[in-house]
Amino acid sequence: MAKGDPGVTRGGRRAAPRSRKGATGDPELVQLLTPEGERIDSVTGPDGTEYRVDFTDEEYRGLYRDLVLVRKLDAEATALQRQGELGIWASLLGQEAAQVGSGRALRTQDMAFPTYREHGVLYCRGIDPIMPLGLFRGVDQGGWDPNEFKFNMYTIVIGAQTLHATGYAMGVAMDGKTGTDDGEAVIAYFGDGATSQGDVNESFVWAGVFNAPLVFFCQNNQYAISEPLERQTRIPLYQRAAGFGFPGVRVDGNDVLATYAVTRHALDNARHGQGPSLIEAYTYRMGAHTTSDDPTRYRIASEVEAWQAKDPIARMKAFLDKQQIAGADFFAEVDEQARRESVHLRERVLAMPNPEPTTLFDHVYPNGSPLLDEQREQFSKYLESFEGSAH
Amino acid sequence: MSRIKEFNLPDLGEGLTEGEILTWLVKVGDTIELNQPIVEVETAKAAVEIPAKWAGKVQAIFHGEGTTVEVGTPIIAIDTDPGAGPVDTPSTSGAPGGDLPTPSAASLAAVEVAPAEGAVEPGLIGGPAPGGRTAVLVGYGPRTTAAKRRPRKGEVPAQAQAAPVRPAPAPAPVVTPPAADRNGHGAATPGGPVLAKPPVRKLAKDLGVDLSTLTGSGPLGSITREDVQRAASGTTAAEPLTVAATATAAASFGADREQRIPVKGVRKLTAENMSRSAFTAPHVTEFLTVDVTRAMKALDRLRSRREWRDVRVSPLLLVAKAVLLAVKRHPMVNSTWAGDEIVVKEYVNLGIAAATERGLIVPNIKDAGRLTLRELADALTDLVQTAKAGKTSPADMSGGTLTITNVGVFGVDTGTPILPPGESAILAFGAVREMPWVHKGKVRPRQVTTLGLSFDHRIIDGELGSKFLRDIGDFLADPEAALLAWT
Repeated sequence: MAKGDPGVTRGGRRAAPRSRKGATGDPELVQLLTPEGERIDSVTGPDGTEYRVDFTDEEYRGLYRDLVLVRKLDAEATALQRQGELGIWASLLGQEAAQVGSGRALRTQDMAFPTYREHGVLYCRGIDPIMPLGLFRGVDQGGWDPNEFKFNMYTIVIGAQTLHATGYAMGVAMDGKTGTDDGEAVIAYFGDGATSQGDVNESFVWAGVFNAPLVFFCQNNQYAISEPLERQTRIPLYQRAAGFGFPGVRVDGNDVLATYAVTRHALDNARHGQGPSLIEAYTYRMGAHTTSDDPTRYRIASEVEAWQAKDPIARMKAFLDKQQIAGADFFAEVDEQARRESVHLRERVLAMPNPEPTTLFDHVYPNGSPLLDEQREQFSKYLESFEGSAH
Repeated sequence: MSRIKEFNLPDLGEGLTEGEILTWLVKVGDTIELNQPIVEVETAKAAVEIPAKWAGKVQAIFHGEGTTVEVGTPIIAIDTDPGAGPVDTPSTSGAPGGDLPTPSAASLAAVEVAPAEGAVEPGLIGGPAPGGRTAVLVGYGPRTTAAKRRPRKGEVPAQAQAAPVRPAPAPAPVVTPPAADRNGHGAATPGGPVLAKPPVRKLAKDLGVDLSTLTGSGPLGSITREDVQRAASGTTAAEPLTVAATATAAASFGADREQRIPVKGVRKLTAENMSRSAFTAPHVTEFLTVDVTRAMKALDRLRSRREWRDVRVSPLLLVAKAVLLAVKRHPMVNSTWAGDEIVVKEYVNLGIAAATERGLIVPNIKDAGRLTLRELADALTDLVQTAKAGKTSPADMSGGTLTITNVGVFGVDTGTPILPPGESAILAFGAVREMPWVHKGKVRPRQVTTLGLSFDHRIIDGELGSKFLRDIGDFLADPEAALLAWT
């Protein structure tokens, strides 16, 4: 079944209600930039919150640049996997706006807990995009310092990071770091499939009950690998929050402006001690779940085409063009930068050294352990037993 | 570094051991850019396009379309500096003008994980499971694909001479050699520990077979499931060989007169779908013989209309229309059994079973219920041509809700079709023949056909199935009257 446009709230006016069979399409969708690139000044959310953004032209161009770069680097990683240079890659294609919008809404002191697909958020946090490629190439564990960049390691286990984020956020509150304009907030990323996990629901309970300064950011990309949304839920996902006692809102996840506005608002609530909230960024995974997946086996071409028309970058480009915020020179320059950076990324990936097999014991405990020392010894002997061994 | 670079087929999806070359998107001599799609490869998981790893000129293509290639095997050579004059490396000069040259020895040695010393493994880590992949959980799992190891120090590489590494040939009929040639090499020593995998041990225990009395025919002399089953049935590994040998002397009924065709691709998919459907959905089949003389005349009238002059009009078109109209009258037949609920679909994605060179495929016409007769005719023509050209995409084949199989084109009267998984009804349309038929009280030669409808009895009872089939028959008996009465 093709998923249609869930209807749109515009200018505080609710769009005409449409009768829909599934309950997963909901008329409430915060949007500030239409797929055609028309700007909406402000939108009132379901709980009466007014959302708006006030960017300078330079900031608008910056968001566009982020979107294009993030997409290009992602495409390069997909190509590298196809060429045997990465073991696997989880592409973010189609979800750039949800990631850049929310990533740019984070303030320096805010902490983020990603899944394994948040390459766009990682980029916004100022982390070198080479970092996750080492992980997917199997030569290191990811490599960035989560405390320095306030961006946790990628979590492969579905939904587990929401528990980590909840604990971290409870700690932030206990340390007394909330309640001011410069308070700290935490954001946990997950997908629509993860909402069926016990971990995520437990996180909702704990974050709600302990009023943790946490934003649950769900990128609803419509599929949990091959399972469609209607196999995850009978109500719109953002409405789940009500049952746990905190606000939920659905935003157009292909609209970088609305995603920024909604996330900024939720983070500010959290940093002021107002507790958790759930954001459902309604978007679509244009590519495969990972490079091991073939989406044509479970979804139809017309559905993909319908979402193609809602592309996050195309609408931003149309807006910049129409408003004369940017012209052909700027777009060409951004494309050229993206091309250059992707070539650079490729060269660096190919140059990554293979680690020594025994380094796998190096980062288990900060001060080592007798048991690990013994295992390392045994493993070294095993490696030496091969002909041509350097040991 | 050499300017000619050979690209090895990578593991495209975590634990795959092989892939089938579907389509080459470039040819020898083409100039290609970095990341330009060069080849489409189908694995057990997905059909994907591989982008070029280097810019340059295609120097050689090592495997033709339809070939199944082992992961790690060179598939293409690219001249990364074509402007630098003619190539004088010996790597590809062996086959000038040949369609499928052989890769260089150096790159073949690179198939090994270990340094290129031409060594061959004494054993495989994590052998491939059927379907060309190692069984792991969906999504993430250890990459244990047929990794080839360096030999251990002090070990005799007994198989090294016997099995030089070379790219996997097309899967020609392969007869697995019997266990005899492996006896002796690495076999479990008498009195030593018995090698057998846990499921095999369990099987032996269940069947009351003492593993220590068996000689293993598996790798390193390990005992296989077959060894245990042979022991349990009282035969030994040697016996069938003796029998085969004697039989050859007289009239051979052995392997030399049998052909073994690897099960893969469409054949494999068809087999899986049919078994799954046949053993999950309780099928009922009903038949109806119909006088379609009027329908055939209606088709002729349609063909003679000027605006239909260029349209391909076949009896299948009327059958499709009959099915679509009958679905409107009985929506329940267009449904899916989903465990605890029945999903009744308001749209009909009408599947048409098509015999192609690649095997049976069932593309479907999306939302066929909304099409006019003319649109339906065009969609049918389009579907058949696409299928014959072998260009049907997976999306065209997914999401079908109800299917017609036109067995009449093979000259048979009808059949008891098996439901495509997820569908609840399938109609077999037999040959239209001139037969003696009682028409207006007299026996007349009339155009007659037989319809066979299989349906899922979990959803559709005999009454509904019969009414649905009856309506299709009524339409075909008198299309104009049915149209007037129903629409």
